[in-house]
Amino acid sequence: MKPLQSMVSTMLLGEVRAHPARNAIAVIAIAIGVAMGYAVHLINDAATGEFSRTVRSLMGNADLEIRGTAAGFSEAVYPLVARLPGVEAASPSVVVEARLPDRVEPLNIIGIDVFRAAIVQPALIGRPEAQAAGALPFLENNAIFLSPSAMDWLGAKPGDPLLVQVGLEVRTLWIKGTLAATGASQRLGVMDIGAAQWLFSRVGTLQRIDLSLRPGTNEVEFRSRLSRLLPVGVDVGTPTETVRRSSDLSRAYRVNLTVLALVALFTGAFLVFSNQALAVIRRRGQFGLLRVLGLKRSELLRFILAEATLQGVLGAALGLGLGYLVASATLAWAGGDLGAGYFKGVVPSIHVDVEAALFFGLLGLACAVLGSLAPAVEAVRAPPARALRAGDEEAAMQGMQTIVPGFVAIALAIALSFLPAAGGLPIAGYLAIALLLTGGISLMPRLARIIFGRLPGTPNIPLHLAATQLTGAPGRAAIGLAGILASFSLMVAMAIMVASFRTSLDQWLDVALPADLYLRAGTPGDSAYFSLNDQRLISLTPGVLRAEYQRSIPLSLDPDRPPVTLIGRSLDAANPGSRIALVGAARRPLANEAPPIWVSEAMVDLYGYSLGSQVLLPLAGKRIAFTVSGIWRDYARQHGTIVIDRQDFTRITGDANANEAALWLLPGSGQAATEKLLRQRLPNGDHVEYYSPGEIRERSLKIFDRSFAVTYLLEAVAIVIGLAGIVVSFGGQALLRSREFGMLRHIGVSRRQVGAMLALEGALLALLGVVAGLILGGAVALILIRVVNPQSFHWTMDLHFPWQLISAVALVLVAASAVTAAWAGRRAMGSEAVRAVREDW
Amino acid sequence: MRISGWAALLVLGWVAAFAALPDYPRVLPGRALSFPRDHGAHPEHRTEWWYVTGWLETNSGEPLGFQVTFFRSKPDIGQGNPSRFAPDQLLFAHAALSDPRIGYLIHEQRSARAGFGLAEAEQRDTDVHIDDWSLKRGTDDHYQISIKGRELQFELTLVPTQPILLQGDAGYSRKGPLASEASYYYSQPHLEVSGTESHDGHSRSVKGRAWIDHEWSSTMLAKEAVGWDWVGINLDDGGALTAFRIRDSAGRALWTHASRRRGDGTKVAIAANAVNLVPIRRWRSPRTGARYPVVMHVAVGDLSFDLVPLQDDQELDARTSTGNVYWEGAVTAVGGSKALGRGYMELTGYFRPLRL
Repeated sequence: MKPLQSMVSTMLLGEVRAHPARNAIAVIAIAIGVAMGYAVHLINDAATGEFSRTVRSLMGNADLEIRGTAAGFSEAVYPLVARLPGVEAASPSVVVEARLPDRVEPLNIIGIDVFRAAIVQPALIGRPEAQAAGALPFLENNAIFLSPSAMDWLGAKPGDPLLVQVGLEVRTLWIKGTLAATGASQRLGVMDIGAAQWLFSRVGTLQRIDLSLRPGTNEVEFRSRLSRLLPVGVDVGTPTETVRRSSDLSRAYRVNLTVLALVALFTGAFLVFSNQALAVIRRRGQFGLLRVLGLKRSELLRFILAEATLQGVLGAALGLGLGYLVASATLAWAGGDLGAGYFKGVVPSIHVDVEAALFFGLLGLACAVLGSLAPAVEAVRAPPARALRAGDEEAAMQGMQTIVPGFVAIALAIALSFLPAAGGLPIAGYLAIALLLTGGISLMPRLARIIFGRLPGTPNIPLHLAATQLTGAPGRAAIGLAGILASFSLMVAMAIMVASFRTSLDQWLDVALPADLYLRAGTPGDSAYFSLNDQRLISLTPGVLRAEYQRSIPLSLDPDRPPVTLIGRSLDAANPGSRIALVGAARRPLANEAPPIWVSEAMVDLYGYSLGSQVLLPLAGKRIAFTVSGIWRDYARQHGTIVIDRQDFTRITGDANANEAALWLLPGSGQAATEKLLRQRLPNGDHVEYYSPGEIRERSLKIFDRSFAVTYLLEAVAIVIGLAGIVVSFGGQALLRSREFGMLRHIGVSRRQVGAMLALEGALLALLGVVAGLILGGAVALILIRVVNPQSFHWTMDLHFPWQLISAVALVLVAASAVTAAWAGRRAMGSEAVRAVREDW
Repeated sequence: MRISGWAALLVLGWVAAFAALPDYPRVLPGRALSFPRDHGAHPEHRTEWWYVTGWLETNSGEPLGFQVTFFRSKPDIGQGNPSRFAPDQLLFAHAALSDPRIGYLIHEQRSARAGFGLAEAEQRDTDVHIDDWSLKRGTDDHYQISIKGRELQFELTLVPTQPILLQGDAGYSRKGPLASEASYYYSQPHLEVSGTESHDGHSRSVKGRAWIDHEWSSTMLAKEAVGWDWVGINLDDGGALTAFRIRDSAGRALWTHASRRRGDGTKVAIAANAVNLVPIRRWRSPRTGARYPVVMHVAVGDLSFDLVPLQDDQELDARTSTGNVYWEGAVTAVGGSKALGRGYMELTGYFRPLRL
């Protein structure tokens, strides 16, 4: 058998050597899919890993963490908790997102009791720098310790001042040393708890208490005793729970990215399939010969699969390397949250993950092998004697004509798209999309035969030839067709989804930005705000017709979910739609019912709120009843938002400060002039952020585009892969059909006419692919918009078709197919074509 | 003149700032101490401690040395801060035990800022606690000590057998060449101890004899001081002897002082130049390399004896916590071949000069 085997090897290698570009494209497609999947995983793993290390270092030896939201809870809880039996030590802390003048991102500052933290969270004890430390660095009012990454970020060193903003006032802290033991990448400052309460106007409240328990304490029992002491809205968790919650935050986003990567992989697998299918058909004669010479079926199968395995291995290896590079570059450029803001203040570093590499590598390999499995099996099944005869290639495609599985898949997809999310993830929706695509593609050969078979007769020779060819050998055409269909439908689906989202966002911004000028003291939750006095100054600024203020605070309704945002703002209860983008009708509040709130769609999805229902919110340590009076769309926050009237907010929380102001200007008073005036009038008016609605719109759309950068990239990849599919398909076909061309030339068809025939074939094929892709892609988009998005992000959007983009791409695709097909056939039309005919007869 | 409280402050890097500050009340001669008020805390003063040392005996007659200290400090910060966490009063506690069968000090400590009822030092009488560590004087004059460490626990009752002993000039105790270098200082020697002690996984009922010092001040030490040797002995005849010397960097005595009260309550006047502490034998710590004069010859007026330690290794190495190293241990006063009494000796500044 030795000579036979070496002959097989020679043939296999010869195939690769003869068509390096075609094989390379398949390898690259696999590589792109693997790279995307691996990169997304690496980036996310780096971010969550860093976050989890950070949580662990912050919690230190703590067994439990009592955690309130930014508004905090009364410090009266602290001695009660500290005295609970079972408590070894209780370490209270104040957590502040300190606004730094001229910096966009706030700095997390933790105020600790150094004596308590020494037992529970030793990592938070700084190392004083001898020269800078002074007398009592851990207790002084203006002393702060910074983590190494905060030092880097600020370009500061021990001994330097650190300016922080409280309200609009600027205060100076002095850096006394480094927090050596915290997760090296966390931007963090630590100061005395009493000093922090004083400096940041947090006297009387705490954000956290970390507990270490005595050995042998029954945690379940202890937690139930503890929970009785805690005010409503204050949660308890172990370090593991805290890490899990923070990782849950980004899960939907992460899964969506991974699915996109899988889509790329799927496209790659498809490309391998079309490449292999053609290669197998082309070499049908060779395989027949090998079988006649005594090669066993299983051996032939192994050899063909070995070819695909080689492609898969190359693609996977290339993809893993590429994925690592992409992940590193992305982290360096955009940070660990992929532009989505889930991991603020964490600067992760990448760690090679062998398990994930194996997973994605094997996935790529599996795609390659699976892609070539059907053609390989077909090749092996063919009776050797028949395979040796010319013209048998089309027979190989007969198996592709079955339509039952396709219809079953589509029916299943429709059924799946009605299922709810599983564990907060739109698993059924994704499955529906996968089924829809595979089902649609598998129906294509039959569809091609039906459609091309009905093409009317025409005197135009190339058109007639093209139509006859497509009708007579639909199987061959189907391969190129499926490539176009797969890539174009994916592209259409993503384009429709992104356009719908973007247009909806644009319309949403119209409602959300009714004023002429916006002022922001800082990011919501940080230490900057407009005091009542500042608000008075703003309202009375010449040129200002009206000013509306809003205060945002996080509110924890469920310890297992991220906090929702509570916004206190002036809102006309009779016409809330003038400020928020209502979905459906609002409800007029009645005099005798609980005060109204207007909730975002996420509140309906996640917490089961419904219009008119009465709900209890934990505010100021009490449960207070409200009536849900409207549901609105909030693209700014996906974890849930509740709008409450500002007067109710101030009355209940006692907090009259504001994060943001919206100004309506008198006619004739310019935005720039008013801004200039405000800068002068307000204390530290230059630290306030001023935005025109146009700037906010631009910025929001920019953030949107950045978040969808990966999607755009995938769209481009899909199109490139689609075109590559045509190159492979027609290039392969053209070589396969060299006998046919020779024949045509022989009977007097001109070279030009053969070229035109091929171009037309390509164009017709692409046209069918584009039309079918439009339908299939539209259906996928519908699932994305109506199922996947609401289930992942809890917001709805209106359907919008980017006709221009889609028709432009469709045109390009058809034209490119025509050109590609003609170009690919050129070689086959050379002088040796005639020889090819002669040889065969 | 007790070190462990000072050591607690050293960790805060504070020792450099010992110049008199106008905000703190000065220590002046002629202020009559009044009880029980002066048993309580004096939160306006910069520093204050309640320092209990003594010898215990288990049921089987084995000797143990013990030390329990509560220390209060008012740092020069946090004043004016409305926060209940403002660090304007800090509390520290130390507990140590010498058991010759173990051979080294068992030591634990607590520290906290005062507040929230979790750590407080009352003013009306001795009543100071950090979490579940406490020292409290009852209306019956008895002291209750409760220490619940991980390795070391004490539940002790201390009953006075003698009147209060005012140190120095009616409680005004000079500590240096300057009149401002002084403290308010009184002692209660010959306290009868009973209760339980736990270490090494075993709980034992104990009896013994202890000594309490209560001292408060705002400025105390001369700038040149690098350390000191202090001794307090319950003499078997009912007498009580206190002696100390403050050393400079050359090992010379910057200041010496001794007080002696006889068993019958009469005080013996002792001139400053009649106090002599002479090292007889030194012990080198295998951990730190410091050499302590663990056997010391003491001559105070007509009294003359050697101090023999319960065990050589009574070094307190607190570099990982308070950052300080000193020797604080149970000693027996031996005159000729006869035991004259028992007490405690403190040796500081031998590992490294105190940065004063």
